[in-house]
Amino acid sequence: MEEAFVFVALTMNATIRVATPLILCAMAGMFSERSGIIDISLEGKMLGAAFIAASVAAVTGSPWLGLAAGIAAASCLALLHGFACITHNGNQVVSGVAINILMSGLTVVLGIAWFQRGGQTPSLEASARFMPISLPLSEFLAEVPILGTLYSRLVSGHNLLVYVAFLAVPLAWWVLFRTRFGLRLRAVGENPKAVDTAGISVAWLRYRAVLICGLLTGIAGTYLSIANNAAFVRDMTAGQGYIALAALIFGKWRPWTAFGACLLFGLLNAIAIRLQGVDLPGIGEVPVVFIQALPYVLTVVLLAGFIGRAVAPKAIGEPYVKER
Amino acid sequence: MFRTTLTTIAGAVLLAATVASADEIKPAVVFDMGGKFDKSFNQGVNDGVMRFKEETGIAYREFEVTNETQREQAIRKMAQRGSDPILGVGFAQVPAIEAVAKEFPKARFTIIDGVVDLPNVQSVVFNEHEGSFLVGMIAAMASKTGKVGFVGGMDIPLIRKFACGYVAGAKHANPKIVVIQNMTGTTPSAWNDPGRGAELTKGQFDRGVDVVYAAAGGTGTGVYQAAKDAGKLAIGVDSNQNYLHPGTMLTSMVKRVDVAAYNSFKSALDGTWKPGFQALGLAEGGVDWALDEHNKALITDKMKASVEQAKADIIAGKIQVHDYMSDNTCPR
Repeated sequence: MEEAFVFVALTMNATIRVATPLILCAMAGMFSERSGIIDISLEGKMLGAAFIAASVAAVTGSPWLGLAAGIAAASCLALLHGFACITHNGNQVVSGVAINILMSGLTVVLGIAWFQRGGQTPSLEASARFMPISLPLSEFLAEVPILGTLYSRLVSGHNLLVYVAFLAVPLAWWVLFRTRFGLRLRAVGENPKAVDTAGISVAWLRYRAVLICGLLTGIAGTYLSIANNAAFVRDMTAGQGYIALAALIFGKWRPWTAFGACLLFGLLNAIAIRLQGVDLPGIGEVPVVFIQALPYVLTVVLLAGFIGRAVAPKAIGEPYVKER
Repeated sequence: MFRTTLTTIAGAVLLAATVASADEIKPAVVFDMGGKFDKSFNQGVNDGVMRFKEETGIAYREFEVTNETQREQAIRKMAQRGSDPILGVGFAQVPAIEAVAKEFPKARFTIIDGVVDLPNVQSVVFNEHEGSFLVGMIAAMASKTGKVGFVGGMDIPLIRKFACGYVAGAKHANPKIVVIQNMTGTTPSAWNDPGRGAELTKGQFDRGVDVVYAAAGGTGTGVYQAAKDAGKLAIGVDSNQNYLHPGTMLTSMVKRVDVAAYNSFKSALDGTWKPGFQALGLAEGGVDWALDEHNKALITDKMKASVEQAKADIIAGKIQVHDYMSDNTCPR
C-alpha cells in the first residue's frame, strides 16, 4: 500500500515536471488565440527563449538575468509575429511557421558562433539555474501520513518556475474572465468590428495579447534550458509547443480545461517513462515501442471519443481590416 | 652536357613533387546525428581526427549529419570531391557507405561501429559487451541499494549489447543485483534528448537505483546532470567522461573510437590501410574502463583489484561475456 502510494506520488511529481512548459505555453496560446491571433509559433518562441536564457545564464552566472533575457527574446518574437499579422494583416499560420523554422536554425548557428560546441551551450553550475526549493515545514510535515507526504513529496521541492506555471492558470482565468481587459480581449477574438465600433483599438488589444503570449512562452523556454535541464541543446523543445497547442484546443480555449489537458499529456508521458521495463501483472514486460506510442494513442482515443466539439473564437485567423 | 644535367635535375625535382603530392591524402569524416560535440561517441572520433591533423598537418573535410537523409548525400559528396579515405561514423551510416562504396570502387572507406562487406571498405567494430561487463561490476560494487540502472539511446541491437554486458558484469559482482533498463526512444532523435534522459534517470532513482550507466550519445548529458542533481553516481560511455562531473562520474566505459579514427587516416597515409573486418576488444585495447584523477576517490582498491582480475580473465578466455548481437538474445 505504502509502496503504491509512493509510486503514485512519484509519477505525479514527474507529471508536474513534464507538464510545466505545456501549461505555460497553453496559457500563452490562449491569450493570443482568444484575441484572434493564431499562434503556431509557441514552439519557436520557446526555443528562442531557451537558447537566450541558457546563453545569458552561462555568461553571467545569474538565472534571473537568464529569465529576463529569455522573456525579452520571446517577446521580441511575439512582436515580430504581431507586426506581421496585426500591422500588416499577414497570414498568421505562415508567420508562425516562419518563426519556428527561423528559431530552429538560428539558435544552432548562434550557438556554434558563440560557444563552439556544436550548438549546445555550456553546462550551467547550480548557482546559475533555478534549483528545487523546499517549501517551509516540508521536512517537519513529512512525518504526517498521507497529507504530510503529499505536501513534502508533491507540493514542495520543485523549482520556482513550476510554481509560476501553476499560478499562471488561476491568474489567466482571472484576467480573461474577471477584468475589463479580459472581456475586451475575448470580444476582439469574437467580433473585432464591435470592439472597434465601441472606440477601442483592435490593434493595441491584440498587441497586448501577443506580448502576454511572449512573456509566458519566455518563461516556458527558460524552464526548459536552465531549470529542468542545465544547458540548451539543439531543438530541445521537441514539439512541446505543438502539444501545448493541441492541449489548448483539447481544452476548448479555456484555462482550467486546457490546464487539465496539459496535466493529462504530462501524466501519460510520465507513465510511459515509468512503465518501461516494468513487469506488469498478468501481461509481463511491455515492449518499449508500445509504451512510447501510448500517449499518442490515448490522445487520439480521447479526442475522438470523449471530447465534444471544440469551437474556436470566431474571428481567429482573420486579420482585422477596417472598412473604409 | 650541362643542359642534360639541368633537365635531369629539373625532371627529378618535378618527379619528386608529383610523388609528394601522391603521398598526401585528402581524408574526410562524416559525423552522425549526435554531432561532433556530443561529449561521447562522435566527439571521440573528432579527437582522433584532430590528433591526425595536428601530427601530420593534413587537413580533412568534415560534415555533421543533422537528419537521416543527409548521410548518403554527404558521403557521396565527399567521394565526388575526391576525398580518400572517407570515415563514416556509426552503425546508421552502413547503408549509405555501402551504396557509395559501390559507386566509387577506387575510394577507400572506413566505417566505425558497423560492418560493410566490400573490397574497398574497412569495418571497425568494438566488443562493447566486454567493456560494459567491467563497468557493470563497478556499478554493482559501488551500489548501496543493490539496484543499478541503464539508460540506452535508440533501442537497437548495438545498445542492447551494451546493456547485456552491463547486466552480466553486475550479476558477476553481485548475483542478487537488480538492474533497471530504459531506452530513450526508437528514433535517431533518442541520441540527442537530454530532457528525456534526465526524466528516465529520475524515474530510476525513484525506484531505488543509485548508479546509472548511460549508453545514449548526447542524451547522456541529461542522465549525468540528473545523477549530479540527485547526488547519485553515473557511468559514462565511449569517450572518457569522468571529467564532466567529478564526484558523480564513477567511471566511463571507454571505447577507443579516437584510435580507430586516427588509425584509419594514418594507415591510409602510410599505405598500410587494409579493407576488411576488425573487432577491437579488451585484448586489443579497443574498450576499457577509465580510471583517472577525477574518479579515483570513488574507486576503492578492492573494486580496482576485482575489475582488473575480471579483465585478465576475459582476455584469457576464462570469462565468456555473451555478445547480444551474435544471436539477438540476452541470457537472464
